[in-house]
Amino acid sequence: MCDFPFFSLVCTGEIFELKAELNSDKKEKKKEAVKKVIASMTVGKDVSALFPDVVNCMQTDNLELKKLVYLYLMNYAKSQPDMAIMAVNTFVKDCEDPNPLIRALAVRTMGCIRVDKITEYLCEPLRKCLKDEDPYVRKTAAVCVAKLHDINAQLVEDQGFLDTLKDLISDSNPMVVANAVAALSEIAESHPNSNLLDLNPQTINKLLTALNECTEWGQIFILDCLANYTPRDDRESQSICERVTPRLSHANSAVVLSAVKVLMKFMEMLPKDLDYYGTLLKKLAPPLVTLLSAEPELQYVALRNINLIVQRRPEILKHEMKVFFVKYNDPIYVKLEKLDIMIRLASQANIAQVLAELKEYATEVDVDFVRKAVRAIGRCAIKVEQSAERCVSTLLDLIQTKVNYVVQEAIVVIKDIFRKYPNKYESVIATLCENLDSLDEPEARAAMIWIVGEYAERIDNADELLESFLEGFHDESTQVQLQLLTAIVKLFLKKPTETQELVQQVLSLATQDSDNPDLRDRGYIYWRLLSTDPVAAKEVVLAEKPLISEETDLIEPTLLEELICHIGTLASVYHKPPSAFVEGSRGVQHKRLPGSAGSGESADSPDTGSAAGVSEAPPAVIPSQGDLLGDLLNLDLTPPTTSGPPPAPSSGMQMGAMDLLGGGLDSLVGLLHAAMGAGFGAPPTAMPASFPPPVSGGLDDLFDLGGSVGMPMGAYSPPKSIWLPAMKAKGLEISGTFARRAGVIQMEMTLTNKAMSIMTDFAIQFNRNSFGLAPAGPLQVLTPVGPNQSIEVALPLSTVGPVMKMEPLTNLQVAVKNNIDVFYFSSQYPISMLFVEDGKMERQVFLATWKDIPNDNEAQFQIKDCHLNSDAASSKLQGSNVFTIAKRTVEGQDMLYQSMKLTNGIWVLAELRVQAGNPNYTVMSRLVFVLTCSGANHKDYKTESREV
Amino acid sequence: MSASAIFVLDLKGKVLICRNYKGDVDMAEIDHFMPLLMQHEEEGLLCPVLSHGSVHFMWIKHSNLYLVATTNKNSNASLVYSFLYKLVEVFTEYFKELEEESIQDNFVVVYELLDELMDFGFPQTTDSKILQEYITQEGAKLEVAKSKVPTTVTNAVSWRSEGIKYKKNEVFIDVIESINVLVNANGSVMSSDIVGSIKLKTMLSGMPELRLGLNDRVLFALTGRDKGKTVTMEDVKFHQCVRLSRFESDRTISFIPPDGESELMSYRINTHVKPLIWIESIIEKFSHSRVEIMVKAKGQFKKQSVANNVEVRVPVPSDADSPKFKTSTGNAKYVPEKNMVVWTIKSFPGGKEFLMRAHFGLPSVENDELEGKPPITVKFEIPYFTVSGIQVRYMKIIEKSGYQALPWVRYITQSGDYQLRTNV
Repeated sequence: MCDFPFFSLVCTGEIFELKAELNSDKKEKKKEAVKKVIASMTVGKDVSALFPDVVNCMQTDNLELKKLVYLYLMNYAKSQPDMAIMAVNTFVKDCEDPNPLIRALAVRTMGCIRVDKITEYLCEPLRKCLKDEDPYVRKTAAVCVAKLHDINAQLVEDQGFLDTLKDLISDSNPMVVANAVAALSEIAESHPNSNLLDLNPQTINKLLTALNECTEWGQIFILDCLANYTPRDDRESQSICERVTPRLSHANSAVVLSAVKVLMKFMEMLPKDLDYYGTLLKKLAPPLVTLLSAEPELQYVALRNINLIVQRRPEILKHEMKVFFVKYNDPIYVKLEKLDIMIRLASQANIAQVLAELKEYATEVDVDFVRKAVRAIGRCAIKVEQSAERCVSTLLDLIQTKVNYVVQEAIVVIKDIFRKYPNKYESVIATLCENLDSLDEPEARAAMIWIVGEYAERIDNADELLESFLEGFHDESTQVQLQLLTAIVKLFLKKPTETQELVQQVLSLATQDSDNPDLRDRGYIYWRLLSTDPVAAKEVVLAEKPLISEETDLIEPTLLEELICHIGTLASVYHKPPSAFVEGSRGVQHKRLPGSAGSGESADSPDTGSAAGVSEAPPAVIPSQGDLLGDLLNLDLTPPTTSGPPPAPSSGMQMGAMDLLGGGLDSLVGLLHAAMGAGFGAPPTAMPASFPPPVSGGLDDLFDLGGSVGMPMGAYSPPKSIWLPAMKAKGLEISGTFARRAGVIQMEMTLTNKAMSIMTDFAIQFNRNSFGLAPAGPLQVLTPVGPNQSIEVALPLSTVGPVMKMEPLTNLQVAVKNNIDVFYFSSQYPISMLFVEDGKMERQVFLATWKDIPNDNEAQFQIKDCHLNSDAASSKLQGSNVFTIAKRTVEGQDMLYQSMKLTNGIWVLAELRVQAGNPNYTVMSRLVFVLTCSGANHKDYKTESREV
Repeated sequence: MSASAIFVLDLKGKVLICRNYKGDVDMAEIDHFMPLLMQHEEEGLLCPVLSHGSVHFMWIKHSNLYLVATTNKNSNASLVYSFLYKLVEVFTEYFKELEEESIQDNFVVVYELLDELMDFGFPQTTDSKILQEYITQEGAKLEVAKSKVPTTVTNAVSWRSEGIKYKKNEVFIDVIESINVLVNANGSVMSSDIVGSIKLKTMLSGMPELRLGLNDRVLFALTGRDKGKTVTMEDVKFHQCVRLSRFESDRTISFIPPDGESELMSYRINTHVKPLIWIESIIEKFSHSRVEIMVKAKGQFKKQSVANNVEVRVPVPSDADSPKFKTSTGNAKYVPEKNMVVWTIKSFPGGKEFLMRAHFGLPSVENDELEGKPPITVKFEIPYFTVSGIQVRYMKIIEKSGYQALPWVRYITQSGDYQLRTNV
């Protein structure tokens, strides 16, 4: 019939038949029957009904039969826990069998039966097996500890198995050592605070010795474990590196990558002027290149990792461009990754070759690959200035092919080239315009419109071109609509006489017929600007734009550091931290490169870093996406292909935005108001009647009115709480709070030494955060803190540090260093700390602004149990820089209109309703972000209004 | 750390066999694999890692099978892929061919192997020669003596068993160099390198200690000797039997070899090599009527050497018809299923030049599907010769019984990834 008779059973009668065979006296028949059962199990049939009969076959001296029964047990024990007990005796007996193969088999299988009742019986046999004379049994038992820990961690700890496991690291057999390391790492990973892998120079030495002798897989376990160790100094670091480098010659790619991980990490600690540092760099390139001859999946993993390595240490592969050239038969995922690395390695030295290759790729047939190749040409132009001209002409050649998606992609990148090199390549505009009709993708249309608007004065028929887009205005995507609006305004400012009608048309389309708030807002701004002060309008709209930067797709430095620590793993493939895709790992501390407490390059002298050295800020990435100024000036076209997270807006840019508007916010708001009076448009005058559903808010904090008598008038400051418990920080306890005192934000801390030794050399540093908080000076701890001593410190903060959006918004990640170690903790500051003293808005301005904020930016919530009248509340809030602008009483309800301004220039307006006798206040807050129309920022501020 | 479970699926995504190692991922998750794969394939975004919710699939394809590992942790991806390929290797050595049927026919052994190869997601013993000593296919004949763990499994020398005996002690060394070349359409060499491999067929008794001497430039520089031609190896990879730290310190290649056939080492040399067989091609495509192909092949190697079994594969449009050929030597054949002409030359002496012309008709209706631009590829083999000039200087064999053993060396140069881009 068929080659495989076991797969032919179907009917239920067979179960009966099998039962009989299983209970047969003949060994052979029994075994054939068990085989049939396993075959049925393999094809997914339920043969659990045979449980007792199969278990009965377990007592046999036939190894193969035993294995089959064990296999059956592993599959069905969970569904029949009571019956599984039946098997325990045999297991225990097998664990003492004279044949080590059977002993190991028994202990291995027992660990796979995830039934609580069985685990209890497993302990004794496991204890024996861990001390077995045969290494094969010991190595199996070592893994079994990890299995048992997964089922019942407490049991493993109570039974002292962890200590036995640690002892196995000193075992004479390398396989046993490797499995013990693997088991310990596994347990440590799921229990990050267990401090299990207490690595010290002695254990490291043992591991390094075992590394030379164990199997390829064992080498990977050991290398991955080594990567978690932080050497004490550069000398230790170097000696470990020296002993790890031979692994780079291993035939197994995984061994090589794990070795690369250890080297990349420990290299951070080596002084750059050390000869060995240079030697190591040179040693890394060849094995990385060889990884590209591995199987395609391994190539892919290697390429994703090389992408990280190139960003962290570009010097390693800078001469290896050629190996990343794409082969015709590479799988698409390899092609795309190679392309990415080619761009990263592109430099003046190799650009000619790279361009020739990219041009070749752009004529391939795979659409995704071709698109990426075209984009790559654009990125080369932006990255290597000398090549820009050649890139542009290559792109023009490609446009001539008339292949639709090539043309569109080319136009998108040419727009970026214009932004990088303004007034240089405008001669090509004519060619671009010829292809106007074939553009059907929003990004390409938006890019083309931007070009037409930007260079309207040089394009004779710019008005006709733009008008042609206007016909289907409402069918366009938002991106195109916004772009069209701006382009026409630019055109109008450049050629006011003939385009008045056009601009009227687009403004009314944007403001009256659209329900997109971004579009409406931008429409109104332009409308009012144009109607009040065309000169100002010109200054704003036609202002000189900042150049775009080339490396918009770089991975954010702290993330990059973390990913380098995860070389070879899924995290390095996804370019995401493990916490982003592994459930239950949120509490796990992010891995960092040694010696770098958050900042990029303070790596050289981790132990001697002074306070000043530590507070050195990482270089801010100037973003070209999502920044405020750029947005207003309409640069919000997506930058050249981004992978990786969008860079954070830097506060410098925000300041710039305000300066540029001359006089900052007030004048702009005034401008808006004036515009309203001028009646150019028809702004809404009625108060919105419907409120969004109430959101719970945190203003309670601010009020904190329960027994408020003791608190003097002044900014609210929450009581100190423990940020860093002594247990986590080798005896250093930090409790603290934030306060705003005399216009200065302060971080007030109590440092308590609960350790036995003196603590000195304190320094502090912040991670980037939402509002750019940074220490304004070093941490002033002048005297050493003795055991059981506490010291109070107040650290003044500035808000000019690098900005990165945090979750939650007011989260602050802090690193504190002392003579013992570096510790990390995070805390949340009350947002009220960020309310500045000049947050009182002019009455008129307030009124105008209030009305003008779209409902989208509104949040409403209630404050419960607040027994103050409106006046008391008002004066209390004033202490925290929440200013009452106006008050009115409607039907016994006091309505307080309040304003506050955040350090980053964002205004928050609020309406506070107080019903006499009702302890619950209603707050409706609205955000002004005249400065920030971008959709990306939108969301952030909504979240923030909830915080307020 | 690595895999939670391993699955072997058929082309439709049906599970043929699986093994759950950790129990932290629902085994039913595998049902999402095939739809996910198809979806990615349709979007042209095929990727070796797929994820569904918190479950990640790492997969490879071998003949008509998918081998899939699942995990919900931040696993070591390179380890998982290496392991999956190792799995293929072990199964292939056990069953000759790894395919759907061999899995079904041998499910008992497959289960046994899966149990032995990996434990709780940690790869264990994966050396198939050693595995074959205690996991046999004729399970029925398993005797008590056989069912002992070979000490080899946990020995530091985990790749060679004790007590091997040969009447005649010999070792055969094959030095094989593959040339990878990428030539641009305008005839300039974009990249070229040599990937060499030294393979052993060891037929030696006992536990011999071997030392291989090559004309390695670094070694010669270290020892101060400088006789004759030396070779700079860019990167070297060794079988796990080679003592890596020894090589690192004094470039000595010392090892106890696995029995039988094995790849001792591979190396990569970056030097710019002259493409040994140079191809010039003129491909003229006259839309709606015909394609004319002229290919000139030139042997750019020593006159004494001969390249064997040369195959020049020239791509033609998929809608081409009525082929006509003319060759100065060898013969040309149209392979429509691969859209190419294969020009075979059995023996191609160095310095010679041959010509092939081909003529195809094209339909008058234009094929509106865009076609890629596959390159011309060349296959060949040149015996008794290495491009790099690498030489085995000596192979010292020391065994405590003191027998005399003979090493035999053979050199071959062959084509690797040998691509020449065309203009059409």
